[in-house]
This record gives sequence, C-alpha cells and structure tokens, in this order.
Amino acid sequence: MSERIDIAKTYKLYVGGAFPRSESGRSYQVTDSRGKFLANAAQASRKDVRDAVAAARKAFPGWSGATAYNRGQVLYRVAEMLQGRREQFLNELAASEGVPVKRAQSIVDTAIDRWVWYAGWTDKVATVLGAANPVAGPYFCFTVPEPTGVVGVFAPQQSSLLGLVSVLAPVLAGGNTAVLIASQDRPLPAITLSEVLATSDLPGGVANVLTGRTGELAPWLVSHADVNAVDLCGTPESQRAELERSAANTVKRVVPAPAHEPDWMAAPDIRRLRGYLEPKTVWHPMGV
Amino acid sequence: MEPVWEYAPAPESRDIAGAKPSYRMFVDGQFVEGAGEPLKSINPATEEVLTEVSTASPSDVDNAVKAARRAYDKTWRKMPGNERAKYIFRIARMIAERARELAVLESLDNGKPIKESRDADIPTASAHFFYHAGWADKLEYAGLGADPKPIGVAGQIIPWNFPLLMAAWKIAPALACGNTVVLKPAETTPLTALVLAEICQQAELPPGVVNILPGAGDVGAELVNHEQVDKIAFTGSTEVGKLIQRSLAGKGKKLTLELGGKAANVVFDDAPLDQAVEGIVNGIFFNQGHVCCAGSRLLVQESVAEELLDKLRKRISTLRLGDPLDKNTDIGAINSAEQLAKIRELTAAGEAEGASRWTSPCPVPERGFFFAPTIFADVQQSMRIAREEIFGPVLSVLTFRTPDEAVSKANNTPYGLSAGVWTEKGSRILWLAGKMRAGVVWANTFNRFDPTAPFGGYQESGFGREGGRTGLEAYLDE
Repeated sequence: MSERIDIAKTYKLYVGGAFPRSESGRSYQVTDSRGKFLANAAQASRKDVRDAVAAARKAFPGWSGATAYNRGQVLYRVAEMLQGRREQFLNELAASEGVPVKRAQSIVDTAIDRWVWYAGWTDKVATVLGAANPVAGPYFCFTVPEPTGVVGVFAPQQSSLLGLVSVLAPVLAGGNTAVLIASQDRPLPAITLSEVLATSDLPGGVANVLTGRTGELAPWLVSHADVNAVDLCGTPESQRAELERSAANTVKRVVPAPAHEPDWMAAPDIRRLRGYLEPKTVWHPMGV
Repeated sequence: MEPVWEYAPAPESRDIAGAKPSYRMFVDGQFVEGAGEPLKSINPATEEVLTEVSTASPSDVDNAVKAARRAYDKTWRKMPGNERAKYIFRIARMIAERARELAVLESLDNGKPIKESRDADIPTASAHFFYHAGWADKLEYAGLGADPKPIGVAGQIIPWNFPLLMAAWKIAPALACGNTVVLKPAETTPLTALVLAEICQQAELPPGVVNILPGAGDVGAELVNHEQVDKIAFTGSTEVGKLIQRSLAGKGKKLTLELGGKAANVVFDDAPLDQAVEGIVNGIFFNQGHVCCAGSRLLVQESVAEELLDKLRKRISTLRLGDPLDKNTDIGAINSAEQLAKIRELTAAGEAEGASRWTSPCPVPERGFFFAPTIFADVQQSMRIAREEIFGPVLSVLTFRTPDEAVSKANNTPYGLSAGVWTEKGSRILWLAGKMRAGVVWANTFNRFDPTAPFGGYQESGFGREGGRTGLEAYLDE
C-alpha cells in the first residue's frame, strides 16, 4: 500500500475575519531554519495594510464596547483552541525556529499560558488602574482606563509564537483592535494563530494578520492616520527612528523596539497592557 | 440691553504683586543673569512693559541641565522619600502664604481676571504640591512595582495660559518621584515661575533640584535635544507637540504631551438649561477661553437650540470685560497681540465661511489686548471654527437630533482632551461618557480640576496623564 500524500496548507492573510491572498498577487517562499522550503506565504502590500486598518477600525466599537467579561471569555476560548492545535504549533515552531522538541514544547506551552494570563486581565485592569478620585469639592469623580483604538503591531522577528502572543494578547485584552505584521521569515505560526482566532468567537477585524516584508509595510502602517498606537518591536533597526518620526505626525503612542529581542519566557507584567490604555476621568456634581 | 447692576470699580492693588524691575533665571539654587537676549514681559491689559527678564542661552541650558544632573545623582534620588516630601510640603505652604501676591502678579503678567488667579490658579497650584508631597514616601503603592525608580532629569516646557499652575503640575510629581527638573516657562508669562524659584530657595530645596529658564521656543528646543535630559514633559500646542515628538524619535527618551483640544459640550433637551448656561459660559469664557480643554464646540439638541442660544446671549451680555485686577471682572485680557491676531483671523474665517456671528455689546477698553465674548451659530463641521483650536472667548454652536448624532459629531476631531454633557438622565450621562473619545468628561459641570484627578488627552491631544496615581507613571521608570 502506498503512503498517503499529506494535504499541504495554503498560508494566507487574515483581514476582517476572512483569509484573502494579497491583493497584489505576490507571495514569498518561507523556509525552515535549514533553508528547506516550507510554504509560500502571501506578501502583503500597502493596499492590504489599508484594508486591514479599515477592518480594525470597523471592529473597534464592537470589541471595545463588549463587556470585559465577554472579552475575557472570548480570549480564553482562544487559549482553548491554541491548546487543541498544540501539535501543529510544535511542528511549525520547531521548523521555523530550529529548536529541539523539548524546547519547542516549553515555548508553545508558555505561549498558551500567557494567552490565558492576558485573557484574565480584561475584567481586572479597570480595578487595578482605575480610581475613585477624592477631589476637593462636591463631585463624584472617577477614572477608568479605556482602549486606545487601532494598534499596529510589528511582531518580534525571532520568537514566532511566544513573542507574537506576548505582543498581541495585551493589545486585544485591553479592548483594542490590531493590525499585526508577522515575523517576516517565520510567519507560519502567526497564520496558524489567525486560524485559531477565526474559530474562537473573536469578531472579524479585531485582529488582522499580515505576512510579507516588514520593512516594506512598516512605513504605511505607521503613517496611517487611523492607527492610534504602534508597537515597533519587530521593525528593522535601520528604519526605527524614521518610523518614530512618522508616528509623531498624528501623535501616536509608540512602544519602542527593544535594542535586543527580550527573553519572552520571562514572566510578563502589565506594562504592555497599560501602553494601549487611555485613562478617562469623569466628573459629576453631588447634591440634592 | 440695560445692565442689570451697576458695578463700582474694585481693583486689587498692583503693588501687592511686588513686581521687580528685572528678573533673572534660576540655576543651581541661584538667580543668575542669562546670556540670552532679555525679554520684556508685557501687561496685556495695558500693553505696558511690566519688567525685563533675562533668558537662557544654549550654554545656560547646558549649565542648568548639568546642575539638575548633579543634584539628581548626589542628593535628590538618594534622599529618602519622607525627606523629599517635607520640601514639597514646604513649597505647598509657601505658595499658599504668598497666594495674594502670586495672584496679582499672575493677573498682571497673564491678563486673567484676579478672581480666577485668586480662586483657581494659585490655590490649585498649592494643592498640587501638597498632594504630591504625600506620594513621595508611598511610591511603592503606585502600582509600578515594589521599588519604582525616578527617571532622572526632566525637561519641562509649559504654556502661558496657567503659568504657575502648569509649573506646579509639572514640578510637583517630578520631585515627588525623585527626579530633578529644568523648567521653561512661556515667553510671555515667566514671572510667577520665578517667584516659585524664590520659594524653592526659601524652602531650602537643595540647589539644582529645580531650575527655571525663561526664554522662547529656542530655549525649549535646546532643552528637548539636550543629551542629559532623560524625560520631556510638554504642555502646549499640538503643532509644537508633534515637533517635539519628532525630534525625540529614536532617542529613547520618555515623553508626555498635553496638547490642544476642541472639546464638545453636549446639551440634551432635558438638561437644566439655566444650569447648563452657567456651565457653557464657564466652559468657554473661563480664562478668556485660553484653555486647552475649553468647551469650544457647543452641541445642542435641535429642539432647545433657540431657547438655549437666547439664554446664552442674555447671560453673556452681563459678563464684564476689562481690567484683570478688578475683582468684578469676568473676562480679562488676551495674553498677547499674537494670540489676539489668531483669534481675529479665525473669527473672520467663521464669518467668511457663513456662520452667524454674535458678539457681546460689552464695552471694550481702548488699550490692551481684548476680545469681546463671541458666539457663532449655524456652524458646520467643515468650518475652521469647528475644527481648529481658537484658544479665545469664541463659542461655535452646532446642533444634533439624536444621541448617536451627538456622539459622532463630538468625536469628529483629531483631538480628544475633554468633553461635556448636560442632561438630567443619569443613564444617558454614563452612556455618553463611555462613548466620548476624550480624556476628561464633565457631566453637568465643566472645567473642574483637582490634583487627585488624572488629566490628559486621547489622540492628538497628547499622551500621558497629570494628577492622581496615574500621573506618577510619567515620572517613574518602568
């Protein structure tokens, strides 16, 4: 009996809840850590960036307006789906990062646990970062953190799953919507993650994932006037200063790229959550 | 309209300000002559030169930053929080003790009515120091870890609309968190910041912890680009804020920006209209409208628009414009000839674009920079007076029919600093407060400020907050 031929997967973009190819018709070859062909990934264009931003903006009122409990449940559901696809992530991670199986297991498990950690923050962040303000007058005054809006995220180039989860989950947990540019040379876990997101009750457009040349897409995403914040983590070092200058044109919040990619295995704190939250203070008089 | 009451003049004596013929900059605990071109501070109500102030040259900026760095390394960051607190408490008390003098000086230099400098600016400035003093030894409770650290030397640049209050907003949290500062007051209003310097000296604040450098934008640019400055905090126009953000790109310095606004003040048909009228007047005519969070776009539900506009015109006709030192004055002088020209340009654009102008028939002094309170009705969202910050006593009135329309019009701006809502319905207030893309929402009130309440903007109104626990994040290293 002959061996069964596997069905090879087509890796596409994830925009507005759908999986289109790049409108440009371009694709590029993705190889494993030893240079062996893995797949053709879609090479997103400026137009794809704009479509993704439009989708993220459209999804923002619904996602930011959902109850924190609902967002928490949806994100927890993502973790359940991640768990179900553990083997697939293991294989893709081992192939793209070239790490031994044991190490890959530990990375995938940490990524799933991290997603759960952030999922649990949705209905706590207002308690921890908000306040009742004891103002000196007859007013009830409180402060609540609200999502910043549409966030452009450049996923880390090295850590294709754990790094990706570590930068995307805090954006979504805070109630923001995201346009994420995957690791250029290791995009497969990001695409598989978007398949997870698509089957996890996450409304279409809340997270949009593009693959392609980071350096080509970065100027378009960072200069887009409907993007409120950017995480420059995975951007090419040579472009960073110019990207920060461009972000200033619409006073975007900028999470600067670290000089070296951090150890994503380290326990996170709420810094990234806070980076995409806007404290809002509300006043009302008290009296009879 | 006949005046309802006659007022006798009740001027505060300008001698109380103790204005000196010349002021010098404050560096490393000493008042020293700056090598920059001296500036003349003008009383905007009379156009007379009040005093001459020395300004900083690039080498003065360098000296001040180095003094701040030395003070940071040798003294301030090592000092236990409870000791830092005592200095900051002293400053709070000394501002309160010299409140009358500071109020008169502020009104002379800025043009704002004495009742505002006396009742708002100066007491709130003192309150900011008092509030933040108490944080200095409790920073481990600020939610930034068990042992949060200061950032280092903070360069701070403040505007002319609330000179002493903005200095307090900047300096108090910086000091409480263990940073040292170099502050540049606005070119047209440097005087109260220099009295604050005197207070720092009398409070025996260690030399170099606070340095004050008067001057124009070039001094600010020098400060922003100085290599030994670790953090920049800027309050001012969105235009300059963008320049600062651009010039710091790629340098890894911390930055907080509190920029312009074009706040919507939304009045529903069930609002208590007389109360709303008071709030609208306070929202746009407080401080001559020189307020970044001013309620400059009035959004009125169509069914009450006529009635509200009538009431507004009547109320505004009673506002008294004139001598800032007169205790009866409601609207003082526009801070500078330049600002007056900008207000005139935008109001001319409003007329040219077809909005209906009404200006209060109040008498306007012959000398000084004054602009009578003005309302534009029939304003469309595309007009400049609906989009651009006028920063003057000019209200643009638009109408809406449904709550959803109110929200979409309110949010139709790149700014996002503040918003107001007037309605008797509690659920509607909370609904609207949630929908407004603005850092501060005042419901059935307007223009309230308190050191415990975080203040700052969304979008192009800047980032970072001042006040409250949240405000400490701007001055602690993460």
